[in-house]
Amino acid sequence: MDSITSAASVLAAGLAVGLGAIGPGIGQGTAAGGAVEGIARQPEAEGKIRGTLLLSLAFMEALTIYGLVVSLVLLFANPFAG
Amino acid sequence: MPFNLPLAELEVGKHLYWKVGQLNLHGQVFLSSWIVIGALLALVVVGTRKMEREPRGVQNLLEFLWDYLRDLARDQIGEKAYRDWLPFIGTLFLFIFVSNWGGALIPWKLIHLPSGELGAPTADINTTIALALLVSLAYFYAGLSRKGLRYFEYYVEPTPIMLPFKIVEDFTKPLSLSFRLFGNILADELVVAVLAFLVPLVVPLPAMFLGLFTSAIQALIFATLAAYYIGEAVHEEQH
Repeated sequence: MDSITSAASVLAAGLAVGLGAIGPGIGQGTAAGGAVEGIARQPEAEGKIRGTLLLSLAFMEALTIYGLVVSLVLLFANPFAG
Repeated sequence: MPFNLPLAELEVGKHLYWKVGQLNLHGQVFLSSWIVIGALLALVVVGTRKMEREPRGVQNLLEFLWDYLRDLARDQIGEKAYRDWLPFIGTLFLFIFVSNWGGALIPWKLIHLPSGELGAPTADINTTIALALLVSLAYFYAGLSRKGLRYFEYYVEPTPIMLPFKIVEDFTKPLSLSFRLFGNILADELVVAVLAFLVPLVVPLPAMFLGLFTSAIQALIFATLAAYYIGEAVHEEQH
């Protein structure tokens, strides 16, 4: 692999995870805030809220994981390595 | 990868290749999936051999699992059609769950392979893509067998403008299903491996527990989404 390709791949791998973490981070914060509010209003619904929250957090986390998959491909299975 | 770890080698993209004709198979994935399937079969056979009216031990565990999966399938697919799809959803959930936990809990390092290493079968993209494509086939079959060609009305409801989006959705469903599972499991293994490389004692433990937790949730999500897609396909519009 020539040096330009490897440098660009490493940079892109970092960016893929870093930028991909912003959106889900905001989303998870909003979701957790909403869940806390819901529990404060209705403490008896805590079990149901927790279950739904965990499931939706995992969905949001999946978005970052897509970025991670892209960066893993760039690092370990680079299609441009030639 | 240049890391040489005491407990597990951090290897991405190294496999034990088996040649079958023109194909290169990832042997370590086959071996670990067979172990997982064998463990599940053994559990079920042991649990159902001497069934009693009042369940104890393994039978109790199996009945609990059956209840849990039935509720999951019934919630997503609906009262009418869930019985046909409960075995499929249950198999998906149990296979993914046991693979994920087996990959983290069984000391695979003790079994030496000529190249590559054993691990969770779901940490290989081929396994997860196969499972996701099975889900795609399943929901097409579910929709077509229940509604016939009227299934395709779903693509133009509520308006025909939705048609391109619904068609794209058919491709993104298996893509996101497979990448979500693969990425999460591989990420768990990588995080634990990197922490074990930096600090071999105690410190990786919380990450391992988090890994167990997320792997269980991922199995649940995969099964829930599969059931949801099937439920969407068999759902009858109330006119």
